[in-house]
Amino acid sequence: MAKVIIKLENDISTDDIYPGRYMATVLPSETPQFAFADRTDFNAKLRAKAFAPGSIIVGGENFGCGSSREQACSTLKGHDVAVVAKSISRIFLQNSINLGLQVVICPDIGASVGDDLEITEDHVVNRTTGKTYDQVKLPAARKGIMDAGGLIPYTRARLMATRS
Amino acid sequence: MGMTVVEKILARAASLPAVVAGEVVEPQVDLAMSHENAALVINQFQEVFEGTGLTAKVWDPARIAIIFDHRVPAESPKTATNHKKIREFVAATGIAKFHDIRGDVGGICHQILPEFGYVRPGFVVVGTDSHTTSHGALGAFSFGIGATEMASAWALGIAMNIEVPATIKVVVKGVFPPFVGPKDLILRLIGELTAQGANYKVLEFHGETIRKMSTSGRIAICNMSVEAGATSGIVPGDEETVRYLREEAGVTDAIDCVTPDPDATYIRTVEIDVSALEPQIACPHMVDNVKPIGAVVGKRIQQIVIGSCTNGRLDDLADAAAILRGKKVAEGTRMLVFPASSKIFGQALDKGYIQDFMKAGAVVMNSGCGPCLGVHEGALGDGETALSTTNRNFKGRMGNPKSEVYLCSPVVAAASAITGVITDPRKGA
Ligand code: SF4
Repeated sequence: MAKVIIKLENDISTDDIYPGRYMATVLPSETPQFAFADRTDFNAKLRAKAFAPGSIIVGGENFGCGSSREQACSTLKGHDVAVVAKSISRIFLQNSINLGLQVVICPDIGASVGDDLEITEDHVVNRTTGKTYDQVKLPAARKGIMDAGGLIPYTRARLMATRS
Repeated sequence: MGMTVVEKILARAASLPAVVAGEVVEPQVDLAMSHENAALVINQFQEVFEGTGLTAKVWDPARIAIIFDHRVPAESPKTATNHKKIREFVAATGIAKFHDIRGDVGGICHQILPEFGYVRPGFVVVGTDSHTTSHGALGAFSFGIGATEMASAWALGIAMNIEVPATIKVVVKGVFPPFVGPKDLILRLIGELTAQGANYKVLEFHGETIRKMSTSGRIAICNMSVEAGATSGIVPGDEETVRYLREEAGVTDAIDCVTPDPDATYIRTVEIDVSALEPQIACPHMVDNVKPIGAVVGKRIQQIVIGSCTNGRLDDLADAAAILRGKKVAEGTRMLVFPASSKIFGQALDKGYIQDFMKAGAVVMNSGCGPCLGVHEGALGDGETALSTTNRNFKGRMGNPKSEVYLCSPVVAAASAITGVITDPRKGA
C-alpha cells in the first residue's frame, strides 16, 4: 500500500516531467534532481526525500505525452515512485517498461492526494475510499521485458543467445 | 485480408507473410537515428554489453545516423562534452551518417534524413525523437523510441516488441485557399482528433490534396501526427516521393513504393475538405487547443519564430519572405528565423530571402532546433508570448513556464511580425 503524493491533470507532457533545458543531463544517476522542476514545491519535496519509496503519482489521460526524452522516466524511477494514470502516451509507456518504472493504466481511477492505494495484479484498490478500479493489462510481450528487469537485461540475454 | 501500408512494411521487415494490427513483431531496422541524446544511447548501449564478455559492437554502422541539432553550437560545457563523447564514439564505430555542427551539411535531424536520401519508402525507421514520425512523408514507417530502446536496436538491429498499430485513414480533398496550407490542415486535424486521439495508431494520408502536396508539406503533416498521439503518420510513396528522392536528394538506386491493399482494414476514416479551411492557431498550452485565426487576432506577440523541423524549409521561408519583403518587423516584437538545414540556408541566401528577413529586422540564426525546445537561444521572458511555426506549445516549451506559445503557419507568423499582433494574412499585412 502506498500514498498518493500528487494528483495531476490530463496531458502531462514530458516537458512538464523533465523540462527541456535539463536535457543535456542524461545519466539516470543525475536526472532525479530535475523531476517536475517547474513545479518547484513538489520538486523540492522529491529531492528532500519527503515521500516513502513506492509513493504514487496519479495522472489523468495521455500522461507523458510529447517528447521521447527518456529522462522523464529515469527522473521518476530515481525517486522510486509509481505512476497510475487514466491513459499513458505510447513512447512514455514503452520507456517506463524499458527502464523498470512502475506504470499502471487505470482508466477510471479515482484518488485524492493522501489516499492509500494498493496496486494488485489486475486492479488498483483505493483503501481510503474502498473503491476498486480495473487496470488495462500490458501485452504479454511487454511484460516479458518487465519480468526481465528492463530492456537492458532483456537485450543482454538476447545478445548472448544470438552471439554464442 | 488486405494490409495497410504500415502492416505491409512490418510484415516485410519481420519476414512474415502478413501481420494484423495488435500483433507483436520484431522488425529489422533499416535506419536508426539519434541526435544529441546519442550520449545517453551510448551509455545504455555500453551497459547492455557489461559482463557479457562480448565486445560492444553496433549491428550495422551504415544504418545509424547521428545529427547534432538540438543545442548547436553548444550552449554549455555539458552539451559540448556530450558532443565530444558522441564524436569519439562515431569515429571509433565508423558511423557514416554523421552530421556534426557544420555550415555545409548540418541541420535538423528530420530535415537531414530526407535531404540526404537516407530514408526510402518501405523502410522501418526508428529515432530517439518523437518527431521521427516526419519520415512517413517518404512512405516509410518511422517512429520515435527512447534511448534504451535505441541501444537495443544498435545491438540487435531490430525494434523490440512492436505492436502492429491500427491505422486511421485520413482522406483530404479540395484545394487550399490562398494563405492556407499543410500546417493549417494538420493543426485542424489535431484539434479534431485531440492530443491523444490517435494514440498507438498510425495516420495514413490519402486524397487529391495529399497527392498534389510537395514532400515539404507532407513532412509538416507527418511531423505533427505525433501531436495527436500517433505512432506515425505516413503518406504512401508515389510520383512525388520518387521525384523528391531523385531530384532533391540525389538518390539513384531503385525506389520501391509500398501502397496499401484496396481491402485494407482501417479502424476509422476521417475526411477533410480544405477548400474552405481558414488559417489555424494552436493556443496555449496544448497543441490540440486549436482555433481558427479569427478567435485570436489582435493578440500581442513579443517573439516570432520561423523554423524547426515542421516549418523551416525553403517553401516556408519563401512564403514568409514574400510577406516581409520591403516591410519591417514591428517595434516591441523580435523575429527569429532558423532555416531547417544548412542547405536550405544556402538556398534561401541565393534566392534573397535571407536579405528580405534581415532588412525587415529579423534575426537569422544558424540552422538547428533553436528555441523550439527551450534550451538554447530565444528563451522568452516572464509573461511574454511567442507565435511560432514549431510544433509544440506545452507550458515551458520555449524555456520559460511563465510564458505562452501559439503555433501557426509561416505566413501567419510573417504577417504577425509586421503588426506585432496575431494577424490574418488573408487581410493583407
Ligand atoms: S526543431 Fe523542435 S521539434 Fe524539431 S527536432 Fe528540433 S527540437 Fe524537436
